[in-house]
Amino acid sequence: MSIFLALGKMSKITVIRKLCEAYVFFFRGTPLLMQLYFIWFGLPMISPVFTIQSQFFAAWLAFSLNSAAYCTEIIRAALESIPKGQYEAAKALGLSYGQTMRLIIIPQSIRQLIPPIGNEFIMVLKDASIVSIIALSDLTKVTRSIQSSTSSSMVYIPAMIIYLIITAIFTYIFKRLEIRHSRY
Amino acid sequence: MMMMIKTENLCKSFGTVKVLKDVNLEVKKGEVVTIIGPSGAGKSTLLRSINQLETITSGKIFIEDELLSHIENGKEVSGITKDEHTRILTKTGMVFQSFNLFPHKTVLENVMLAPINVQKKDPGTVKKIAIDLIERVGLGEKLDSYPANLSGGQQQRVAIARALAMQPDIMLFDEPTSALDIELVGEVLNVIKELANEGMTMVIVTHEMKFAREVSDRIVFMYDGGIYEDGSPDQLFTNPQKERTQQFLQSIVG
Repeated sequence: MSIFLALGKMSKITVIRKLCEAYVFFFRGTPLLMQLYFIWFGLPMISPVFTIQSQFFAAWLAFSLNSAAYCTEIIRAALESIPKGQYEAAKALGLSYGQTMRLIIIPQSIRQLIPPIGNEFIMVLKDASIVSIIALSDLTKVTRSIQSSTSSSMVYIPAMIIYLIITAIFTYIFKRLEIRHSRY
Repeated sequence: MMMMIKTENLCKSFGTVKVLKDVNLEVKKGEVVTIIGPSGAGKSTLLRSINQLETITSGKIFIEDELLSHIENGKEVSGITKDEHTRILTKTGMVFQSFNLFPHKTVLENVMLAPINVQKKDPGTVKKIAIDLIERVGLGEKLDSYPANLSGGQQQRVAIARALAMQPDIMLFDEPTSALDIELVGEVLNVIKELANEGMTMVIVTHEMKFAREVSDRIVFMYDGGIYEDGSPDQLFTNPQKERTQQFLQSIVG
């Protein structure tokens, strides 16, 4: 989704560009918490058709829409870092726009994409703790309820360690990806 | 007689600056035409316009007598389809000052990419042609190297092979040696000379005057967005008719 939004933001067609810009502006400019509230509580009030049955799906939707806006900017920056000569060489060889993107530009931008996308991924992972507001359980919420039932503050430490372990796993995966894509 | 390239009243402006003013250029089959002139004269812009990397403001471009582009007031009015356009355009091959090889592909992949994806040729056949071309430019040992591991001269030779793999009828060279260290210029010029000897039609923008004189059938001197003088190498270098040409040649000899 972000790839298309990024291409849209670089589009020469004004309508497409403006729409994509508006999307990023909206989802980056409003708090994720409020977007989640809106999807879970607000949409069903506009029309029952928009009622989302599962909290998990609502949370997934809010995070996807929000994260897509951030990733759009990351991808756009990576695509625009490819020198103009690459586009020109592709054009001179007769490659279409689609082929140029698929064969030349996107493969080269992947390496630059990995660190910031990894960053964004870990942010989302931790932001997930706000799902508790729509009564969905996650690590933070469970910790909080254990804390209130046992009135022991020490429970936060193992919870944070769990977050760190998850983050460490993903950091490792992204590092491997980076090494794999930096061969040339 | 068929003209490999013909431009009619080619005009190009960047904003309010006119870079090309009614340029009429004709190139015959097998002819090697070198464009020389001071920087800012529009040499590269002319070459890039022929190859559609710049959109002209007005004028017509024909490749092998087929209309490639007809623009009036910045709008394409020829009405040719995209496929037609690509087919005619790929009769020309372009070599850039900055090589522009695809850094994530090996030498062989660089050369094979366009014939497979644009001309939809069989990969087996393309591979044979590609290896042959790479050997011809003297890089048979480097098939699986990435561009980053090649010298500038080697990269430019791969770029020439890549353009030739599309089996173009015309080769366009935009200052092919300007980005190279002096000791690497020769190897690239030799490849271009060989192509000239084989009868390839070529248009070359270069500052290598000695080379231009050796290889060209015709020299075009551009000045201030137009073709100022046009003649055989001997005539133009030894007996230029116009004042600006004389000045330019003197300034180069120093």
